[in-house]
Amino acid sequence: MIRRLALCCFTIVGTVAAHAEPVDISGFVEGEVRIFPAAPKFPAQHDDALSPSLAFQPELRWKSDNHDTFTFIPFGRIDADDKRRTHWDVREANWLYNAGDWDLRVGLGKVFWGVAESRHLVDIINQTDLVESVEEEDKLGQPMVNLNLITDFGTWNAFVLPYFRERTFPSSSGRPGLPLPVATDLAVFESGSGERHVDYALRWQERVGAFDIGLSYFDGTGREPRLVPTLAPGGPVLVPHYDLIDQAGLDVQATLDSWLLKLEAIVRSGQGDTFFASVTGFEYTFYQVFGSQADLGALAEYDYDGRDANAPYTLFNNDIVLGARLALNDVEDTSFLSTMIVDLDNHTTLSKIEFATRVADGWKLEIDGRFFLYVDNHAIETNFERDHTLEIRLRRYF
Amino acid sequence: MRKLILALVVAALPLAARAESPEEKGLMIAKEAQRRDEGWVDSKVDAKMVLENKQGEKSERNMRIRALEVTSDVDGDKSLVYFLSPPDVQGTALLSFTHFTASDDQWLYLPALKRVKRIASANKSGSFVGSEFAFEDLLAQEVPRFTYKYLRDEPCPTDEAKTLSCFVVERKPAYEHSGYSRQIGWMDNKDYLLRKIEFFDRKSEHSKTLLFTNYRQYLGKFWRAQKLVMENHLTGKKTTLQFGDFQLNATVDQSEFDPDALSRLR
Repeated sequence: MIRRLALCCFTIVGTVAAHAEPVDISGFVEGEVRIFPAAPKFPAQHDDALSPSLAFQPELRWKSDNHDTFTFIPFGRIDADDKRRTHWDVREANWLYNAGDWDLRVGLGKVFWGVAESRHLVDIINQTDLVESVEEEDKLGQPMVNLNLITDFGTWNAFVLPYFRERTFPSSSGRPGLPLPVATDLAVFESGSGERHVDYALRWQERVGAFDIGLSYFDGTGREPRLVPTLAPGGPVLVPHYDLIDQAGLDVQATLDSWLLKLEAIVRSGQGDTFFASVTGFEYTFYQVFGSQADLGALAEYDYDGRDANAPYTLFNNDIVLGARLALNDVEDTSFLSTMIVDLDNHTTLSKIEFATRVADGWKLEIDGRFFLYVDNHAIETNFERDHTLEIRLRRYF
Repeated sequence: MRKLILALVVAALPLAARAESPEEKGLMIAKEAQRRDEGWVDSKVDAKMVLENKQGEKSERNMRIRALEVTSDVDGDKSLVYFLSPPDVQGTALLSFTHFTASDDQWLYLPALKRVKRIASANKSGSFVGSEFAFEDLLAQEVPRFTYKYLRDEPCPTDEAKTLSCFVVERKPAYEHSGYSRQIGWMDNKDYLLRKIEFFDRKSEHSKTLLFTNYRQYLGKFWRAQKLVMENHLTGKKTTLQFGDFQLNATVDQSEFDPDALSRLR
C-alpha cells in the first residue's frame, strides 16, 4: 500500500516536473552510537555496550508553480544489533495544493498537534516509529486526504485516513526491550477491515489574544496497541491489539511575557472504560542570564491518565516532570535540556538529557541520555531498568 | 517701562508657543520619516547574514523575509522570516505580529517535528540566531514604539551621505523588555533615511553601532538600505546583513501571515 502510494506520487511528480522549477534536494545522513552501560536484563537482548547504526533521510521538493508542491521524504536506518531497527519508511510523499485561505494535501503526510513537552497526548494522526526512538517523536508517514481552511473563525483541519500504520517495535535482541517478543505479524484489529479501516479526524484551532486553542476529534483505530501475552506456535509472544476508539482532545497554550502555560487533555472511549487524561504545566524563561546571551527555562508538567487495565499501558498515569532548558543563542545554536520524570505512585524516577550543537557548517551533534535513578520493584519499568542509554548522533545535512 | 516689558512679553508669547521642544521635534522627524515610507503594502526580499567573531571567523545564514504593512492605531507590521540555511535549520520559520503597546506575538515553526510553537513575547533583547542583532532590532520600528528627543544637526556619518546633513535624535523604547536604555539615530534631512544608530544597553554603555548603507530607491519612492552592519563594541563581534532586490507591493499572499499556514511554506 505504502509502496503503491509512493510510486503513484512519483508518477505525478514525473509528469509535472517537466514544467516545474528545479527539484530542491536536502536532507541528512547520520551516524549514531547508542551506549548501554549496563548489561541487558533479558538473555535474548544484545550485550554490546556500543551499538552503532547509520540513517539516511533525503528530502525532495518540487514547486510546480505558486500552488502545487510535491514532497518526497524516504527514511532508512541500518542497525548493527537490532534487525527490526534496520528499517525504512516513507515519511512523506504528498501533493499539496495551496489556494491561500485553503489547502489540500494528498498522500503520505505528517502532522503535529499539541503544546506539551513531556507527553504528546492529543497528537494522534501519525503512528509512532517506536523502534526509531522511545521518545515517541519519530513518526511513520500517514496516508491522508487533508483539507485545511483558514477562516475568520479559526482554522479547520479535516482528515480522511484510508490506511492504518502499525507501530514498530524492537526485536527481541533490541534495547530497550520487553521480556517477550512483540509479534507484529500477528497484530489483531478490532475493525473487520483491519488496516484498511478508514479513520476520520477534525481539528479546529484559533487564537484569542494570548491564548492558542485547539479542539480535535478522532474516530478510528487507536494508534496505541494493547500488548496481549499470547501462546504462539513458537512460544509465548506479545500480540498488538488495535482497538477502535473515539477521542476528543483539547490543547491550550497561554503565552504571557516570560510564561508559557500549557494544557493538553483528552477523553477517549473504546479501550476499557471511557477515560480522561491530561498534561498541565508551564515553562518560565529567564532571558540573558548572568549577563550572557543564554536563556534559561524552567519547566514543570503534571501528567494524569485515568485509563484502566483494559487500555494500553501508559507510563504517564500520575507523574510529575521537572526540567531545565538552556539555549546559549550562540553561533552554533547550542541547546541543553534536562528533565526528571517522577512517578508519584511508586517513585520510579527517570532522568533525561538532550544536547544539540552545530559542530561545523552542515554538521550537527546530538547527545541524548536516559537514565533510571530509581525503579520500583512492581513498576513496569523494571523491564527497562538496565536499559540506561546514551545516544550520540552526528548528522551531516545537505 | 512696564508697558514695554508687557509688550515684549506679549510679542514673545506666540514665538514661545511656536518653538518646538526637542521632544516634539524628535517626534516630528520620526513621523515624517514614517509618512514618506507609507504605502509599500508588502515586501519580499532574500537576505544573507554573515556573523563574524573577533578572530574574523565567519558563519552564514540565508533567509527569505516577507513583510506586510499594517495601517492601524494599535498594530504594527507583520513579518515572516524563512530560513534557507544553515542546512540544519532549513525550513524553520519565524512569524511576528507587532503591536504598539501590547506584547508582540511570535510563532516558530520547526519543520522536523512539523510543530508550530508560540514563543514568549518577552524575548525582545535576545540575540537573533546568534547574531549581533537582537529580535527588537529587526521588528517593525513603528513611531509609537519609542519616545524621541531631537539633539542636534551634524554632517551625516556614512560615506555615501557625507555631503548631507543629519538630524541626531535620541529615542527610548516605550515597549517592555527592551535591552536598551536609549538609542541615538542619525537621519539625513533630505530623504529622512537612517544612516546610523548607536545602541546603549541597560547599563547605559554604548554597546553596539549599526550602519545603514547602499541605499536604493524602489518604485520611485521607497528607499531601502541594501547593507546593514552591526558592530558589538563589548565583544568585538560583527554581523552584516546584505539584502537582495526588494520586491515591494508585490502582492504577497496575506494568508501566509498565519501561524496555521507555516507548515506549507516549504
